[in-house]
Amino acid sequence: MAESTMKPPRKTLGPIAWMRQHLFSTWYNSLLTLLVGYLIVTSVGPLLNWVFLDANFKGSEPGDCTGAGACWLFVSQRLNFFIYGFYPDELQWRVDVMFLLLAVAFVPQFIERFPGRKWLGLFGITGLPIIGYFLVPGGLLGLEPVETTKWGGLMLTLILAYIGILASLPIGILLALGRRSDMPIIRGLCVVFIEVWRAVPLITVLFMASVMLPLFLPEGMNFEKLLRALIGITLWQSAYMAEVIRGGLQAIPRGQYEAASALGLGYWKKMGLIILPQALKLVIPGIVNTFISLFKDTTLVLIIGLFDVLGTVQSTVTDPAWQNVAVEGYVFVAFCFWIFCFGISRYSQNLERKLDTGHKT
Amino acid sequence: MKKQTIESSPAGPRPWYDPRVRSIFFQIVAIALVAWGGWTLVDNTLSNMESRGISTGFGFLDESAGFAIIMHLVPYDATMSYGRTFWVGLTNTLLVSAMGIVAATILGFIIGVARLSNNWLVAKISLVYIEVIRNIPLLLQIFFWYFAVLSNLPSPRQSVDVGGAVFLNNRGLYLPEPLTQDGFGLVWAAIIIAIAAVAGLKIWARKRQLATGEIFPTFKVGVAILVLLPVVAYASAGQPLEWDIPALKGFNFGGGITLIPELAALWIALSLYTASFIAEIVRSGILSVSKGQTEAAKALGLPNGLSLRLVVIPQAMRVIIPPLTSQYLNLVKNSSLATAIGYPDLVAVFMGTTLNQTGQAVEVVAITMAVYLTISLLISLFMNIYNRAVAIKER
Repeated sequence: MAESTMKPPRKTLGPIAWMRQHLFSTWYNSLLTLLVGYLIVTSVGPLLNWVFLDANFKGSEPGDCTGAGACWLFVSQRLNFFIYGFYPDELQWRVDVMFLLLAVAFVPQFIERFPGRKWLGLFGITGLPIIGYFLVPGGLLGLEPVETTKWGGLMLTLILAYIGILASLPIGILLALGRRSDMPIIRGLCVVFIEVWRAVPLITVLFMASVMLPLFLPEGMNFEKLLRALIGITLWQSAYMAEVIRGGLQAIPRGQYEAASALGLGYWKKMGLIILPQALKLVIPGIVNTFISLFKDTTLVLIIGLFDVLGTVQSTVTDPAWQNVAVEGYVFVAFCFWIFCFGISRYSQNLERKLDTGHKT
Repeated sequence: MKKQTIESSPAGPRPWYDPRVRSIFFQIVAIALVAWGGWTLVDNTLSNMESRGISTGFGFLDESAGFAIIMHLVPYDATMSYGRTFWVGLTNTLLVSAMGIVAATILGFIIGVARLSNNWLVAKISLVYIEVIRNIPLLLQIFFWYFAVLSNLPSPRQSVDVGGAVFLNNRGLYLPEPLTQDGFGLVWAAIIIAIAAVAGLKIWARKRQLATGEIFPTFKVGVAILVLLPVVAYASAGQPLEWDIPALKGFNFGGGITLIPELAALWIALSLYTASFIAEIVRSGILSVSKGQTEAAKALGLPNGLSLRLVVIPQAMRVIIPPLTSQYLNLVKNSSLATAIGYPDLVAVFMGTTLNQTGQAVEVVAITMAVYLTISLLISLFMNIYNRAVAIKER
């Protein structure tokens, strides 16, 4: 019997086989792996040293930053300013309460099977803003008023993003319905409104809100800068929101519209009871994504002189008392935003998978 | 027996229940509301401007601006008009947008393909890049490049020197500038002839392939023509090109082309940020091409490169183009963040300095918004035309 000339099969299991398959499958893949590996090894080491090993964590003044690494002292010393802005120290519990309520309302949304998850979410979009309206600015119920010019930091960023998204949702729904309306004039007005806002950068909108809004209003009527910025952000965001919701409206099959009409439902009942509940459910991931981009875009308010979290950091890195702390400050802000945005985007991807009932064509 | 009255021919619904009547009524109400709102705004604005002593009209565009701008592509100095500052700002916006679109597209395609690489390390690095960059605000990234990286570069005297011709310091990147001499027209002519020749070659090669099935190496021959013809023309015209090399004069460099740090920071940040979005678009586009297509291409005996070029990419482009368009639009709009670091784009120059000096907010904001609206519409238009060209042609 002739001996088999076939070679023994290559190993297909185990780390060596895995590496051969995923890192060194061809000569150029091997070269690429070595090159990228070299770059990682040479850059990650110094980076870790800078962030942790050589970094300064202890101390209380700029002089305590001696090592070659990062000066995290700067961040920890100024943390209060980065979170609350100029909000008076003794009143910061009011903001803390809001942070806590925000966490109570939205963190459970990430945990499936959390009891009463939906009710907490509902509280988050109804009760929470009402409580915030009384608690944060004060002035009512015997609370000491705090002017909006003193608001700042992370707190302001969250307020801008949160109110921006919440206020733009109903306007966006109306605009989306208008854009799909049978009435040509209403449709035209909505199309023009949406497209104009979507075509211009947020900065021009903010400029307009801060420079031109006072001109538009009747004599003697004026808003604070924060409110003007919020109006600008809301109008701009509602155009994007309208497009997201329109996508959901278009995804609802015609039969649903016709069935609702056949039941004798009028326009608002048809939309409110049949179409919108389905359409909004479809576009929740889209709404979450718009929220993420709005959250990142709120940093732009520093250009019109509001101190959001980036604004507070930017104003302290130029403080002559601290030398060369720009990178530390930026890394801190980047980390704040990254945690929020990455977490929320993961949540939205999960949601998309869960809501995907397999009926999409 | 009670007689039941049934209207034999209903006269139609009552007017206030008739959807057509209602629709007309609502539209009239909508027009009235918009007109009333618009009129109130105009009235308020006019009376406010009058009481504050702000003049109206576009006459200010001809007045002398009186401020300097650190970078201008069109000739400009402080004695020129406000209208001129508009052009300076617009060209600067267009420059950084175009540079950003090119860089972001190239980088985004590379990273998007790398994300799908069968090399585990490369795929993971691309994933990390995408997830880190796109979850950090763009403005922060611009600040990082401008305040933390570029302003920490050495001063002009200690510039980084690349071959004595390229210099990098905290005032910018200095490149030698090519100065065309007499006779360079011949080179331009050669370039145009080469492009025409390649186009002709491509048509001829396609015809020949359809007729005989033979494939002509169009790419190699085309590159050879594109390179050789201008080089021959350049040599035969007596090398009509000189370089203006930047040199240290006093405290700063003079001569050559200067890439100011504001532009560099904005360009780097815009490109890196948008590339992370484009990479995801490219990835989903390539994944959208069904496996059967690549397998069919293999079954036909197409080598990997050809199957990618002829089968996968044309189909992926259909999915990629529409979201890519909106990323380009975002990039153009995001270029307005220039104003935060002082790059003289349209918003910084025109809506910033010019508006502050003239106080004519309504006109300036209206012009600026109209410009962005026009740019957006133009990009959408071009991308729609291109999209129509690559879209599925169903027969």
